[in-house]
Amino acid sequence: MRAAALELKGVPVALRGLAKRFGTVDALTPVDLDIEAGELVAFLGPSGCGKTTTLLLIAGIYRPTAGQIYFDETQVDHLHPRDRDVGMVFQSYALYPHFTLFDNIAFPLTIQRTARNVARERVTRVAEMLGIGEILERRPSQVSGGQQQRAALARALVKQPRILLLDEPLSNLDAQIRLQARGEIRRLQRQMGITSILVTHDQAEALAMADRVAVFCQGRLEQFATPHDLYHAPANTFVAGFVGHPPMNLVEGRIENGRFRGAAGLELEVDVEGDGPATLGLRPEDIRLDAGGVHAGEVAIAEALGRETLLTVELGSGLQLPGLQLKVLVAETEAVPPGTAVSLDLAGAARHLFDGEGRRIP
Amino acid sequence: MEVFQRRWVGTFIVILGVTFPIALGYLWLVLTSTNREVHGLWPIGGWELQNWRFLWEPIGRRPMIWQVLLNTLIFAGGVSLLVVTVSAMAAYAISRMNFKGRGMFLGLVLVLHAFPAVSLLIATFYVLVMLRLFDSLLGVVLVMTAFMMPLGIWLLKGFFDNLSWDMEMAALVDGASRFRIFFQIALPLAKPGLFALGIFSFLIAWGEFILPYTFIASSRVWIFSIYLESLMGDLSATDFGLLTAVGLFYTLPAVIVFLLGQKYLLQMYYGGSKG
Repeated sequence: MRAAALELKGVPVALRGLAKRFGTVDALTPVDLDIEAGELVAFLGPSGCGKTTTLLLIAGIYRPTAGQIYFDETQVDHLHPRDRDVGMVFQSYALYPHFTLFDNIAFPLTIQRTARNVARERVTRVAEMLGIGEILERRPSQVSGGQQQRAALARALVKQPRILLLDEPLSNLDAQIRLQARGEIRRLQRQMGITSILVTHDQAEALAMADRVAVFCQGRLEQFATPHDLYHAPANTFVAGFVGHPPMNLVEGRIENGRFRGAAGLELEVDVEGDGPATLGLRPEDIRLDAGGVHAGEVAIAEALGRETLLTVELGSGLQLPGLQLKVLVAETEAVPPGTAVSLDLAGAARHLFDGEGRRIP
Repeated sequence: MEVFQRRWVGTFIVILGVTFPIALGYLWLVLTSTNREVHGLWPIGGWELQNWRFLWEPIGRRPMIWQVLLNTLIFAGGVSLLVVTVSAMAAYAISRMNFKGRGMFLGLVLVLHAFPAVSLLIATFYVLVMLRLFDSLLGVVLVMTAFMMPLGIWLLKGFFDNLSWDMEMAALVDGASRFRIFFQIALPLAKPGLFALGIFSFLIAWGEFILPYTFIASSRVWIFSIYLESLMGDLSATDFGLLTAVGLFYTLPAVIVFLLGQKYLLQMYYGGSKG
């Protein structure tokens, strides 16, 4: 196995109360995070949520306002990037346009004053591993986007870093190459056992590639969990609404005597003690159309997604009640045109309940 | 196709019209310097090289022209080199580093640009005398460089501003120091700007008169513009044939440098760099 020859050694990463403030703006409020050795963790969130800030803090580009960063139990937050032993791939790839791909990939080794023949061999090996061994004499502008991305990855890996940081590495690729690159990065990462952090705004990418996903929003870490837990047990309404496609239905209402009451007369039995305002989350794929269902409504919109159709069902279109729209994902064969009266079966749907502050009620 | 060509003909005629008087001036210069007498643009009395005698013999008590040429090359080359070196470092720091008073410094540089150099002539004179640099090439080179700095800094700052931050961050993660980034990444990518500024300041220095004239006394360190002025010194005896020949000779290096560096100078006006 060629990759093993690169002698990578993943280390655990720990963030302790890490925070960053730009002027008066809190780009990142104190975050605690433990990443295990060899794990691939995705930082997921909308733009401006603090995920890239966190990555650049780990890389050593930014100095934290507060908190510590540990690589393998060693505090590194005061170190210059070159002493942190990380490799990084940027969204724009950030290749040096005046160097050939070879010189680009060799740049970290040149700085480390690696012996010329050793450097040549390592560059060649990494390049071949990534399938760009034949084009090393070209300049970045003379190769395709996918090849540039591989060159950037090669440059990040050639110095055998302890941690690999990937800042939206796939977002500039064509959809087809992106899927392929996704699998390839994941395979490489597994083979090498290098601790990796992937920043992305694409939840499909995060869920597909990562061992665990950290969801950020407005500088806060909202949840850090496996893709499975993120989907089945979102920690709050933000994660519930952000993770999953199409997004979860979130119905505001109250819990009274073990029953959730929402708009449009939506009422469900829930296994919760205590009364108060609450939000009920129902995944569109969990709701069934059922002729004998309790919750009557009318299809407002039908969006064909190929294998499935996404229905927007208007509940309680009666005059007195405020209306409520629920998204329902049905198989294409079950799809009905807009205007059809339907009733919904919510009995089999997982009920995600959140309290007045939006936190999950266990 | 037809229309396209006709438009080019029109453009050509306009350009010709505008440049015609200037071209005529140079034609006159060439004719006058190589003929015994010229009436209007009509050479009379056959051509001769008498006016070019300064090339092989000193004129009066003036230094040999080759000494003057050498001095001028040192002067213009020195200014060009210094302006590029110092502006590049200053511009990089201003463009890429965050330090106290950065905004104010940038503003001050701009204000300095607004001052005509002449208004500082006397003050500069005292400074040079104090530094014992009066009447030396080094002294004028330094003064000239100082006056060109604002332009240089602003110009190169524009070039450095265009470099992507990602690239700089990548270099930092790759382990480079800021110095290495400056020399190996930023400078090579700003090369068009460096060349443009170098050529531009060379040409400005080549044509500069008032500073060298004020700060140079002995003919040992004369440069071209002073030499030329000395020929016009006393009007009664001005030898116009000689003057034109020297003038033409003086122009040649500037023309050569301009032709060689034309493409970089154009870039300067468009600004920015494309890898």
